[in-house]
Amino acid sequence: MALSGVEIFKLLPKTNCKKCGFPTCLAFAMKLAQRQATLDACPDVSEEAKKVLGEASAPPVRPITFGSGEKAVKMGEETVLFRHEKKFVNPNAFVLEIRDTEEDATVEAKIDAVLNSEINRVGQLLRIDGICITNESGDGGKLGAVAEKVATKAPEVPVIVNTESPEAAEAALKHFTGKGAILYGVTEGNAEKMAEVAKAHKATVGVKAEGLEALSALTEKVKGLGVEDMVIDGGARRAGEILEQNTLIRRAAIKKSFKALGYPVINFAQREDGMYEALVAGLGVCKYGSIVVVSSAEKWKNLALFTLRQNIYTDPQVPMQVEQKIYRIGEPTADSPLIITTNFSLTYFIVSGEIENAKVPAWLAVMDCEGLSVLTAWAAGKFTGAKIANFIKESGIEEEVSHRELIIPGYVAILSGTIEEKLEGWKVTVGPREANAIPNFLKQKVA
Amino acid sequence: MGYEAVKESFSGGVFPVRIGKEKEEVFGGENTLPFHKFEGEVPNRPLIAYEIQDVAPEEWPETVRTVYEGVSEDPVKWARHCEEELGARAIALRLVGTHPDGKDLTAEEAVKTVTSVLEAVKAPVIILGSNHVEKDSEVLPRVAEAAKGYNCVIGKAQEANYKTIAAAAMANDHKLIAMSELDINLSKQLNILLTQMGFAKEKLITDPMCSALGYGLEYTYSVMERIRLAALAQNDEVMQPPMLGDVGMYVWKIKEVQAPEEVLPEWGSVEERGILWEALTATSLMLAGAELLIMRHPKAVEMVEKFVDELI
Ligand code: SF4
Repeated sequence: MALSGVEIFKLLPKTNCKKCGFPTCLAFAMKLAQRQATLDACPDVSEEAKKVLGEASAPPVRPITFGSGEKAVKMGEETVLFRHEKKFVNPNAFVLEIRDTEEDATVEAKIDAVLNSEINRVGQLLRIDGICITNESGDGGKLGAVAEKVATKAPEVPVIVNTESPEAAEAALKHFTGKGAILYGVTEGNAEKMAEVAKAHKATVGVKAEGLEALSALTEKVKGLGVEDMVIDGGARRAGEILEQNTLIRRAAIKKSFKALGYPVINFAQREDGMYEALVAGLGVCKYGSIVVVSSAEKWKNLALFTLRQNIYTDPQVPMQVEQKIYRIGEPTADSPLIITTNFSLTYFIVSGEIENAKVPAWLAVMDCEGLSVLTAWAAGKFTGAKIANFIKESGIEEEVSHRELIIPGYVAILSGTIEEKLEGWKVTVGPREANAIPNFLKQKVA
Repeated sequence: MGYEAVKESFSGGVFPVRIGKEKEEVFGGENTLPFHKFEGEVPNRPLIAYEIQDVAPEEWPETVRTVYEGVSEDPVKWARHCEEELGARAIALRLVGTHPDGKDLTAEEAVKTVTSVLEAVKAPVIILGSNHVEKDSEVLPRVAEAAKGYNCVIGKAQEANYKTIAAAAMANDHKLIAMSELDINLSKQLNILLTQMGFAKEKLITDPMCSALGYGLEYTYSVMERIRLAALAQNDEVMQPPMLGDVGMYVWKIKEVQAPEEVLPEWGSVEERGILWEALTATSLMLAGAELLIMRHPKAVEMVEKFVDELI
């Protein structure tokens, strides 16, 4: 729970020695409460105070790094319940499950699927982030064998070892020492031994209990065993339970600063039907899952889930804009039409979608208007004839197309004259006012 | 410190909306966040309507066009197929053929289609215009009149044409979809204008404008969440109508549901990609608060229904 300035003041030396740069201990305490200063500025603070204050100032959801090196995934650190309040911080990890009862060929194919899952979408490289090796067989030797295969074939991929047996855990985890692996399957019954194994291999612990009360007690117990880094699972598997537990965990952490549940959540979404499973995984993405485990990683499914994660984790406060440039829609040639619009991202999405819909390849010139839509940009003097002319000249499009015809949005038909005046040799054609009329317009144009 | 569940209850709720004549369906009615059965009442599941059109769906991508081959040339056959073969709980008839840039069908022709579909099915019918502001205000009042007594949903009323459409929906006792473009304040303003002209807020459905996954979904998602919070936490009555996710129309035109695997091998099978795209767009918006969804692919609808079973 966040402490007030006065509460913090009580923990300080109260000597007003000014070494922290503030006139009094109280002034320093006030700044600390507002998070405008850090405790290390006071050289005389007691160990006791450090401990109390450190805990109180920790983020409500503990930051955890899953994996190591370039493919490491940061999790936790979330601060809100709804994305319009503030950006969701660390996008969830998607993890593909490999069971140690599966055929060798399946195991290999799944490792390949993870290694080949990378897709570039609007400038971001997205992938299946990790592999979960599940001890379905109950046999430590089998789990160890799969672990070895994963460690050899995919040494950089973050790994979850999923077992409740400390022996099996040891057999598998020894392949991932110091690699930021997660040992999932720590329960009330095996906590001591599992914590030892996890510590020996510097692994994060994945705790599992039935219900949130038991889960809170268990995380406290594991913490008492000297393990700080955890991911948590309250046992929810059905969609309704996942929604309930994830919501209550996030609320407890954020609204009550309840430390025992202030950890990233792991959701198991696996289903028989690989396509249906994506809907359950999507629930994890939208509603507070930090790790979402799936049973298959078909390319079409990955694309849909990666896109959803990208959508949910964008910053709602950043003006919605796309980069100023000439976009190729379809495979345009030197004869393809050239259309101009503004860089409000929704305008871009809708216009480019409609051009695609028309199945007529085209050049889409997107001009920086500070993220305003066509009419607003025009009204604000950002989408003017002179500016458009300039942009077209500097864009280099004159080298790409053989024609000199620019299609402008119907709402700014009034700009035709100025553009033609400033853009020598060009002809302006007035396009439709609404994007949904673009397909017909383009089809008629190239017919 | 022991664990205590942080549960929330709200003073406000979402109006339940009952539609249909021979067979009725109700959606909305909850007093809690979407599917939060653990802390409130969720009396009704979201209603998914199958989308059909007055003209053959030539523009629809292959994945979703082929499943209706043999029935989609005739709206009556198509509607019956959805109800009888696919178990549709509701039908959404879009009069896309009336669009001036398309077939430009007249209001009389639209009335004929609407009447024959209404006679052919028992399920509630949602009647949608072509989204052309002027043409809709000509066509929708006529079809609303022709559909009197069927307790339909008429849509969509927008700021530019709401008066005529709302007046017709009111006179003929239908429910009404009020659409504005991705802004909670615009939604609120339109609902206020409608109630000021005497339209009962309990008969409205708010459409904050849909977007497909990857094409602005996050905007629709957050506007829906904010509208729902306004309805529940602030008890804002004009924000209490249930919300529409017009999913199929927005999904089945983007690149991801059409680009063949041969062209983009890294995207995988186009068939499954399309179906999942529609289903995942729908479930995400349901989690944000949509209670009425309009969808196209039977497999996507089936998966979404199954997902709702798991949530409720
Ligand atoms: S350095 Fe520490 S003891 Fe000195 S004034 Fe600042 S807070 Fe007080």
